[in-house]
Amino acid sequence: MDLLNGFVALANFVLIPAIAYGSQLALGALGVTLIYGILRFSNFAHGDTMAVGTMFAVLTTWGLQAMGVGLGPFPTALLAIPFGILGATGIVLLTDRYVYRFYRAQKAKPVILVIVSMGVMFIYNGFTRIIIGPDDQRFADGERFVISARDFKEMTGLAEGLSLRTSQVITVITAIVVVAILFWFLNKTRTGKSMRAFSDNEDLALLSGINPERVVLVTWLIVASLATVAGVLYGLDKSFKPFTYFQLLLPIFAAAIVGGMGNPLGAIAGGFVIAFSEVGITYAWKKVLGYLMPPALQPDGLMQMLSTEYKFAISFVILVIVLLFRPTGLFRGKSL
Amino acid sequence: MRTFLLFALVACLILGTGVLQSWNSALLILNMGLVSAVMALGVNLQWGLAGLFNVGVMGFVALGGLAVVLVSMPPVGAAWQAGGGGILLGLTLGAASIVAAVLVWSRTSGTLRGWATAAVLLVGLVIYRMVLDPAVEAVESIDSASTGYLGGLGLPVLLAWPVGGVLAAGAAWVIGKTALGLRSDYLAIATLGIAEIVIAILKNEDWMARGVKNVIGLPRPVPNEVDLQNDPAFVERAADFGIDPTTASTLYVKLEYGLLFAAVLVILLVLSQLALNSPWGRMMRAIRDNETAARAMGKNVTARHLQVFVLGSAICGIAGAMMTTLDGQLTPGSYQPLRYTFLIWVMVIVGGSGNNLGAVLGGFLIWFLWVQVEPMGQLVMSGITSGLSDGSWLKGHLLDSVQHMRLLTMGVILLLVLRLNPRGLLPER
Repeated sequence: MDLLNGFVALANFVLIPAIAYGSQLALGALGVTLIYGILRFSNFAHGDTMAVGTMFAVLTTWGLQAMGVGLGPFPTALLAIPFGILGATGIVLLTDRYVYRFYRAQKAKPVILVIVSMGVMFIYNGFTRIIIGPDDQRFADGERFVISARDFKEMTGLAEGLSLRTSQVITVITAIVVVAILFWFLNKTRTGKSMRAFSDNEDLALLSGINPERVVLVTWLIVASLATVAGVLYGLDKSFKPFTYFQLLLPIFAAAIVGGMGNPLGAIAGGFVIAFSEVGITYAWKKVLGYLMPPALQPDGLMQMLSTEYKFAISFVILVIVLLFRPTGLFRGKSL
Repeated sequence: MRTFLLFALVACLILGTGVLQSWNSALLILNMGLVSAVMALGVNLQWGLAGLFNVGVMGFVALGGLAVVLVSMPPVGAAWQAGGGGILLGLTLGAASIVAAVLVWSRTSGTLRGWATAAVLLVGLVIYRMVLDPAVEAVESIDSASTGYLGGLGLPVLLAWPVGGVLAAGAAWVIGKTALGLRSDYLAIATLGIAEIVIAILKNEDWMARGVKNVIGLPRPVPNEVDLQNDPAFVERAADFGIDPTTASTLYVKLEYGLLFAAVLVILLVLSQLALNSPWGRMMRAIRDNETAARAMGKNVTARHLQVFVLGSAICGIAGAMMTTLDGQLTPGSYQPLRYTFLIWVMVIVGGSGNNLGAVLGGFLIWFLWVQVEPMGQLVMSGITSGLSDGSWLKGHLLDSVQHMRLLTMGVILLLVLRLNPRGLLPER
């Protein structure tokens, strides 16, 4: 029995990675949920929007690195995020102008818009691959660890190390800041309120003089920014590969639906639910349990419920459970 | 008339490939076009006839591929002895614990209900893993370089096609039971998820179909090229046509595959047409156009949706089995959603959703473009970059990126068709 070491192992292998991953998913799910709330369709191109934004940020990072501009211990990519947002916003607004607006004017059925977003997904995907290629790109630099496992062991004298990567700390802090700004914007500013009104009841919002095109424009701006931030954070934490971003679509949608489509608070909660279950179920608990259980009850196996390759299955199973027992999600969805 | 002209156009395109490039690549396009057309028929049944949004085509196609391995490969006796019983027992126990959990959930009530169900599932999972894991390890350790799996049943490979349909139908039934009746976006996400899971299972459960180690050398329904080349009668006949035996044998094999596939396509097409024009088809379209009205007329919308979802997925499974048979190998790593799900959707939308002939046309046309965009893009790109100096970074990058042009092109085609001609090339009648 060694509670302290057990807790450190738990934090190192489960809590910290899950919190970082959850923040990334939450940011992604916020984008999906905003599109759903305002434009009323499930945007299949969201994963690739993230990839496009991140690609611009990666290219800028390389440029900055070549010029010798850096942030010292912090990754240069932080400086590049605004450029990534700019690029993603440009692409997304062009798409809206030439693709989505037509269907909005027609009042097309949501499922048509979903199919349209499938076409947009193809184009973004091809675009990203043409510019940066389909391979893994690493762009993280700066100090790798805030606390490395060895330092932690020396500092505390515990047998278990706790490593805290810079990217994880940055992810969580950035996510908190971005979410705080978003909620302030949605709840306190005039534009944010008009967005919520539009999402709640479109006709009533139109009657009270809200300009729908403006609301849509602002929504795309926010979505592009959220997608880029989420994408860059994910890329810093793991690595940037266009196909991985496309695959993120499933956990992101699962997070948004679990939380309740159209509900920003739900998207955040859903992101963490998905992340914690993914990491928790695919983690081999042998080490942690070895510290926490009395020696007689020590497990023999790895105590891993599913191998890591099945992480998609987990988001899916949670999704199905929520859909079966609480179709509107944990928080009642449908309006901002 | 329009139908005839468009099909003639596609035929010309494929014949043109034969004349300009080679007959081998033309037949390759034709064969995969036939398979794609079958997949498009399945999706069209779901989307065109019933308005169901299934983006898990890849999963059903992969299940069809799995069926080929499970049916046609010879069984690995040593592996069955080592752990076959254990695996079967483990799977049975796993299924039993799910059934038990469902029973507990439906027979109890109150606050304990959730916890009791969860406890049953957890205990079930532990027992399942305790039985399954050692058996899997035993199976996978048997000659893992060449087998390391249970093998199949050693039955004729053509039998695998209907079996593939049945496997896909089973999976579709489970998904449909849970996700149909919810909003269309939720069905989309659910099918997207199940497709990823099917691929994950194929990649990781080595005891079943060797995972990423791939199963190669699947039995073929047609003769082998080498056997043909060694057959004096065949060589003589090839000489009569004035082609050398090697080319003749590859052409002959491809042609035979083509005939088999065409037979399946024609059967399925006739059945789909009969279904479309039957009272059942009219009912499905009525449900698609106005669910509320159909429900008010006493139609069981959810049950009908489940029915058509299972049928369409079964067709995708058959197509998947056909494709794996054509490839002669099962490579789970090669299943990509863009290629096996979304491309099929482009086929259906471009061809004309709701029109079976349209789906078939879209299957051929889009497959042709998918194959030919790359050489065309190569041509265009080398034209654009001809002004740049050789060996410059930009030129190399642009030429490398040609292979990604097809994604871009497919996206543009889909958007253009949706915008300018949303009913497709052959609109629904």
